[in-house]
Amino acid sequence: MAKYNSTNMSAVIVENIIKKYRVEKTEVTALKGISFEVAKGELFGIVGPDGAGKTSLFRVLTTLLLAESGNARIEGHDVVKDYKIIRKKLGYMPGRFSLYQDLTVEENLSFFATIFNTSIKENYDLIKDIYQQIEPFKDRRAGKLSGGMKQKLALCCALIHKPSVLLLDEPTTGVDAVSRKEFWDMLQRLKLQGITILVSTPYMDEASMCDRVALLQEGKILAIDKPAQINQQFKDPLWAVQASNMYALLKVMKQWEAVASCYSFGEYYHVVMKSESLGASAINEYLVERQFQEIEVKKIDANIEDSFMALMNTAHE
Amino acid sequence: MNKENVIVVNGLTKSFGDFVAVDHISFEVSKGEIFGFLGANGAGKTTAMRMLCGLSTPTSGKAMVAGFDVFREAEKIKQNIGYMSQKFSLYEDLTIKENIQFYGGIYGLTKKQIQEKTDYLVAHLHLQNHQNSLVKSLPLGWKQKLAFSVAIVHDPAIVFLDEPTGGVDPVTRREFWELIYDASERGITVFVTTHYMDEAEYCHRVSIMVDGRIEALDTPKGLKKTYDSVSMDEVFLKLARKAVRGE
Repeated sequence: MAKYNSTNMSAVIVENIIKKYRVEKTEVTALKGISFEVAKGELFGIVGPDGAGKTSLFRVLTTLLLAESGNARIEGHDVVKDYKIIRKKLGYMPGRFSLYQDLTVEENLSFFATIFNTSIKENYDLIKDIYQQIEPFKDRRAGKLSGGMKQKLALCCALIHKPSVLLLDEPTTGVDAVSRKEFWDMLQRLKLQGITILVSTPYMDEASMCDRVALLQEGKILAIDKPAQINQQFKDPLWAVQASNMYALLKVMKQWEAVASCYSFGEYYHVVMKSESLGASAINEYLVERQFQEIEVKKIDANIEDSFMALMNTAHE
Repeated sequence: MNKENVIVVNGLTKSFGDFVAVDHISFEVSKGEIFGFLGANGAGKTTAMRMLCGLSTPTSGKAMVAGFDVFREAEKIKQNIGYMSQKFSLYEDLTIKENIQFYGGIYGLTKKQIQEKTDYLVAHLHLQNHQNSLVKSLPLGWKQKLAFSVAIVHDPAIVFLDEPTGGVDPVTRREFWELIYDASERGITVFVTTHYMDEAEYCHRVSIMVDGRIEALDTPKGLKKTYDSVSMDEVFLKLARKAVRGE
C-alpha cells in the first residue's frame, strides 16, 4: 500500500471504518475496518462484486450514513463534524439514477447549479465536453432519456459546482462495452483538470483504467495498489490451456489432483499447478493421454481477475 | 436429434409507431446450444427477447419457440421455457425449499416431482444446511445459482437468461457458467445476454445486434476471424460502434 508523507497530499483519508446493519434478528457487517488514502488528483477505483460494501463506503464518505466506528476525512474535513463543508466540495453520482425525472435535461442541470449558488455558464468549461453530447436533447424530460444519456446528465449535475472530489458509485453497471469505454475516457479527461475521482465498479477489467485500486470483498480490502503491482504479486506460474472440447477439459482439469485452480477466461482456462515442476509439457502430455485434440498450453501473466480470485481464496482460508 | 431447431426466427419485426425496435431478424438455435445474444444498450435485445418469451406480440415476421408460434401460442411458450434475469429471480421472503416448491407448482409439476427436484437441487448446489433459510439471507452468488436452477426446475426446452451474472464475484460467475454447460449437456437450450465479453467466448454461437438488426452471427472463433480480432471484446467494439441510432 502506497504511503504519503503528508496528509495534505491526500484528498480522501479513510481510517478503520466499520459499518453494521441490522437485518431483522441478524447483524450484518458491511464494512469490516476499511482504511485507505486517495491522493489529490488521483483516479482511485473501488473494485468488487455486489455486496462487497462499495455503496456503504460511498454513503459514509458522502456524509449520508454514519459509521459505527473509524473516521474519514475529505480534504481535511471530518465526514461527521464537517458534513456541511464536505457537501459543498463533493460531487456525487449515486448508483441509482437520482435526478428529477419530470424536469428536462436543462432544468435538472440549472437546478443543481442553483442550489450550489452557481450557474451553468460559470462552470460550463468543466462539463462542456460531456454536456455537448446530450445538449440536442436539452428540452427532453430526464425520465425519457436512455440509460447512457441519463448517466451523462448525472455526471454533469455532479460536476456543475466544480467539486474538488468526485465520487461515482458504479457509473458503468449495466452499461454496454462501448458506452463503458466512452465513460472511462471522460473520466480520464476530468482527471486532467485536477479533480480527485473515487469510482466503484463490479467490472474487474476496469481496474486497469485507474491509477490505483482497492479490491473489496465482503467488507474487507483484499489489496490496494496500482493494478500492475497487484498482478505482480501473483507468484504462482499461470498457464492458459485450451483444447477442442472445453467443457470436457474443465471436468478433467478439476479432477486432476495436480491442479491447484482452474478458471475459465474467454477461450482459455487459467490454470495454476500445485507444483512448479509441472509445466507446459506435463500438462500437454496429460491431456494427450486423455485423447484431447488441438491442445494449446502457454505461460501467461496474471490479470486483475486472476489476482482477485487468488486473493479471495486466500482470504477464505 | 442433433440438429433439431428449438428456436426458428424469420423476419421478426417489432415497431413502436415509427420506431422499428427489431428490424427483420432471422436466425435458428438448435437443441442444447448455448446461444449468446449480444448488442449495445438500445440495440433491440430486450424487445426481441420479450417476443421470443411470448410477452410481446411481434408486428410482423415469424417465430417458433419450442415448437410454438409466438403469435398464436404465447401461453404454450411460457409453459415450455424458463426465464431468469439479474433483477427478477427468487422470492426473498421465502426459504430456499419454498422457492423451489413454489416454482415447481407454478410450472405444474406433481408433488412427487417437486419433492425429487427439491432433493436433487439442494444436494447439487450443496445447500443441505441452508434449505430452510430465507433466500434474502443468502450471498448474491448463491442466489443467482439457485435462481438459475429454479428457472429450469421444469426441464424446459429453452431457458432465457438476461444478464444473469451482473455484479456477481468472479469465482461465482464461473461456477454459474458451469451450471449453464451442465444444462446444455442435458439438452436444454440456453439463450443468454451478457455485458461480459469474456462470457461471449463461452457460447457455442453468438449473435450481435446493431440498430435492431442482427449484424453478425457465428461461433466466437468465426467472428474473431471475420473481424480480424483477438477477442470478442474487440469484435463487439468494432460492430457496436457502427450503430447510428441512440439508445
